Amino acid sequence: MKLRHGAFSYLPDLTDDEIAAQVRYALDQGWPVSIEYTDDPHPRNIYWEMWGLPMFDLTEPDGVLAQINDCRATFPHHYVRVLAYDARLGRQTTALSFLVQRPAEEPGFRLDRVEGSDRTQRYAVTSYAAARPAGARYATG
Amino acid sequence: MSGFGYYRPDAQAAGDAAPTTSAQEQPTPEEAGDEEPTLPPDAELDLAADEVAAKVEEVLATLDVELVGLAPVKRRVREIASLLLVDRARRQFGLTTSRPTLHMSFTGGPGTGKTTVALRMAEMLHALGYLRVPRVHTVTRDDLVGQFIGHTAPKTKEALAKAAGGVLFIDEAYYLFRPENERDYGQEVIEILLTEMEKERGDLVVIFAGYPDRMATFFGANPGLSSRVPHHIAFEDYTHEELMQIADLMLLGESFRFDEEARAAFDSYLTLRQQRPNFSNARSVRNAIERSRLRQARRLVELSRPLTRDDLVTLTAADIRGSSVFAEASQMSG
Repeated sequence: MKLRHGAFSYLPDLTDDEIAAQVRYALDQGWPVSIEYTDDPHPRNIYWEMWGLPMFDLTEPDGVLAQINDCRATFPHHYVRVLAYDARLGRQTTALSFLVQRPAEEPGFRLDRVEGSDRTQRYAVTSYAAARPAGARYATG
Repeated sequence: MSGFGYYRPDAQAAGDAAPTTSAQEQPTPEEAGDEEPTLPPDAELDLAADEVAAKVEEVLATLDVELVGLAPVKRRVREIASLLLVDRARRQFGLTTSRPTLHMSFTGGPGTGKTTVALRMAEMLHALGYLRVPRVHTVTRDDLVGQFIGHTAPKTKEALAKAAGGVLFIDEAYYLFRPENERDYGQEVIEILLTEMEKERGDLVVIFAGYPDRMATFFGANPGLSSRVPHHIAFEDYTHEELMQIADLMLLGESFRFDEEARAAFDSYLTLRQQRPNFSNARSVRNAIERSRLRQARRLVELSRPLTRDDLVTLTAADIRGSSVFAEASQMSG
C-alpha cells in the first residue's frame, strides 16, 4: 500500500530535479527547510526524527539535496520527508511537507475492531510493519 | 492499489506507463532548453555579435574602470574570459569540450582588490553559464574549521551549501593548514573541499586568496589541492602613482576633493605610510581618507561661520597633516 503522506503524494514519486525545484521554491519564500525520517508510518505519528538541524540562510537547493542523499544512504528503508517552515508572524507553521523516499515495499495497515462498553465499536489502525522492532521494519522489503 | 489510497481503476495502468513515458520524454525538453542547436560545420560564428560575449565584455569594462592599474590581473581575467568564450563557441559547433576547471587562487597583499576581482569573476562566469548565481560567499578559517571532533565537516558542508551555485571565496586560505599541529582540523576541511571540487557537474567555483609567500607554502604542502587549481592570479602591490589615482577615484565617488596643498600633503603621507608596517594598499588609502574626513568635520564645526559648498567638499592640507603618521615621522627625525 502506497503511503499517501504530505503534498504531491498522489503524483508519481518526485525525481531529484523536481525535489530541487520544490526546495528552491521554499527557499525563495524564505522558509528554512529541514529533513525528517521515520519507519513508523502511522498517520498519528506527526513528529518524525530530525535529520540534523533545519538548514537556515540557504539560497540554492544543493545543500538540502546533499543532506537528503546522506539521509537516504543512512536509512535506505525509511520514510524521509522534507519540511519547509514558514516563520512569519501570524503563520508560524509548516508550509510545505512532502516525501522524498519511501520503502520499496509498504505492507499497509491493519484495521482492528475493539469491543467497548455497551457494544460500542472502536477502531484502531496498526501498521503491519510496526510489528517488527524499530530500525528493522522495512529492511528486508 | 489497495488500502487507504483512492480507488482509481486505471491507476495501475497509468502507474506502469508513467515511468517509461517520463523517462523517454524528459530528456528531450531539457536538451532543447539547455543546449542550443548544433551549428553546421561550415557555419560562421561572430563572437562580436554574441549576446553572452557582450555581457562578458561589459563586466570586463567595469573591471577596467573600477580598478586602477593591476594590468597583469586584468590580462589574466581577459584570457580566462576568452578561453571560456571559445569553449562555448566550440560547443555550439558540437565539438567535444570537457567542463573546464575554474577554481582559482588569488595571491597578493592586503587591499589589492582580490575581493573586487572575485565579484566581477562571479558575474562573468554567471554570464557564461558556469555559475547559477553571480554571488560570492566569503569565508575565513573560522567559518570552516570546527572546535571539536566531528564539528568541522558539518560546518564546512554548511558553508559549501551556502555558496552553492556561486563562488566560495576563502580569504586567508593558508590558515587552513597548520603544519605545526598535526591534529589540526584544517586538514579535514581541505579534504572535504577537494571532494567537492572534484565533482564533475558541480556549479561551485572555489577561490583561495591570501598573501603570496604563505599561499606558496600552503599549495606546496597540499599538492592535491594545487593540481586542482589551474588559475593562479598574482596581485601586485600598487605603486605610489596608482595609490594617488585610487585616492582621487575614492574622493570622486564620495564628492570630495583635495586642494593643491592637500594633494601634496597626501603624497608625502603615502610615502611615509608605505614605509610603515601593515600597509594595506587601497584599504589604507580609504582609511586615511576616512580619518581626514573626521578631521575636516571637526575643523568645519569649529569654524563658527556659515559654510559654503566649497567648504564641505574640500579636504585641506591641515586635514591630512593631522595624521599620526606625520607626528611619528617628525619624532623619529627630531
